[in-house]
Amino acid sequence: MSPVTVIVGSSVGGVRTAQALRSRGYAGDVVLVGEETVAPYDKPPLSKGVLAGTSTGDDITLLTESAARDAGIRLLLGRAATRLDVAGHRVELADGEQLRYDDVVLATGAQARPSPWGAPPGLHVLRTLADATTLARDLRRGGPLVVIGAGFVGAEVAATARGLGVRDVTLVDPAPAPMSRVLDPAVAGWFARLHAEHGVTTRFGVGVDGVEQVEDGLVVRLGDGTPLPAATVVVGIGAVPNDDWLRTSGLRLDDGVVCDRFSRAADHVHAVGDVARVPHPRRGGLGRAEHWTNAVEQAACVAHNIVRPDAPRVHEPVEYVWSDQYDRTLQLTGHTGGALGHVLVPGPDPERSFAALYAEPDGTFAGAVTVSWPRALVVCRKAAGTMSLEEVRQLVSARRPSARTGAVT
Amino acid sequence: MALVKADLDLCQGYANCVVAADDVFDLDDDGLVVVLRKEVSGSEMDRISDAARSCPVAALRVETP
Repeated sequence: MSPVTVIVGSSVGGVRTAQALRSRGYAGDVVLVGEETVAPYDKPPLSKGVLAGTSTGDDITLLTESAARDAGIRLLLGRAATRLDVAGHRVELADGEQLRYDDVVLATGAQARPSPWGAPPGLHVLRTLADATTLARDLRRGGPLVVIGAGFVGAEVAATARGLGVRDVTLVDPAPAPMSRVLDPAVAGWFARLHAEHGVTTRFGVGVDGVEQVEDGLVVRLGDGTPLPAATVVVGIGAVPNDDWLRTSGLRLDDGVVCDRFSRAADHVHAVGDVARVPHPRRGGLGRAEHWTNAVEQAACVAHNIVRPDAPRVHEPVEYVWSDQYDRTLQLTGHTGGALGHVLVPGPDPERSFAALYAEPDGTFAGAVTVSWPRALVVCRKAAGTMSLEEVRQLVSARRPSARTGAVT
Repeated sequence: MALVKADLDLCQGYANCVVAADDVFDLDDDGLVVVLRKEVSGSEMDRISDAARSCPVAALRVETP
């Protein structure tokens, strides 16, 4: 009997694992199980192009039926997995079907953290294509729009809504600045001003007490008592891993599936993407990365480990996440944030582009935030954890185009 | 032997390809991909295919003739 790999989860982590198995010459069956009925699709565009109407569902498809057939990937869509029998090597689906496997890949991702204020009409979370489609429809009715949570998703939704011409957009977060978990106060303040310049009302440093349904819409009540009338509310307050279906598996679950450094939760049980909690290669401890690039890199690593169990590879990601807001691209790599010392390096066009470089207390380069300056990002992604801050500062400064350097020095 | 192709209309400078294979990919001053070497050998296929698949906007292809 030919070997079988069952991949549970049809977002980018699952799809890339299937493709990487085939490109490595895996000779067994590859079965890709997805809960949603639509063809596997890519999630980053949901808060940008799909909301804006510049990308369709077809544009963001990761794997069409025909591409799956050509690659020898058996797609089982609209089929939720409900149980994993580790000892019996079986995945049970909601309709009772049992899938036997030799290797299984857990790639069920994460879901939007549910709204603590219920789900009255007009209140949205954004995680799936269906979420994006219904939110896009509501945004076309105009404002007011209140976005609760100024992380990446919330900040992108606010920017996209302004691009759509929604007039009255308010971005609310109990933290003092947007994306404050990963940005220091100076860079976060720069983004707060970017949103304000584009006409977004920002309410930072104040929480939300409740969202009430009224006759003609919703009212978001802030912690200081301010009522914000809203036609549409978006709640972007993080994500929680989809690991409930593994409750009876005996695997260790703790904010995701706990894995070893080879992304293995048990023998022949691998995990990829947002659901996987893995040891951090440099800082120690366990962590989940809810980032596209991490899922793709981990997928390649896990596919290798399935094909070559005799020579498994360690998953050693350098964190990388990007966010497109207005006409700026924000790119983060490594360990960043307000607790670290940092220096700013002006970019080729200092009004629009710069790099913030962060150091660990011992002076080692920890990570960077770059704004609309991809060449600086490349240097920083390669340098994380290996060089001093000063070495990276010199390399990044040297990446300014020579013809334009005179303007900024 | 395979050929590496990049679609500059799609490239957004995410740099995943450069990090995965800096002997084949780089970025120019405008942050767009530069293919340093168009031909890759069979022994490099896994690595370069992984690099191409790591592009967030599917701007890269590795084509076998």
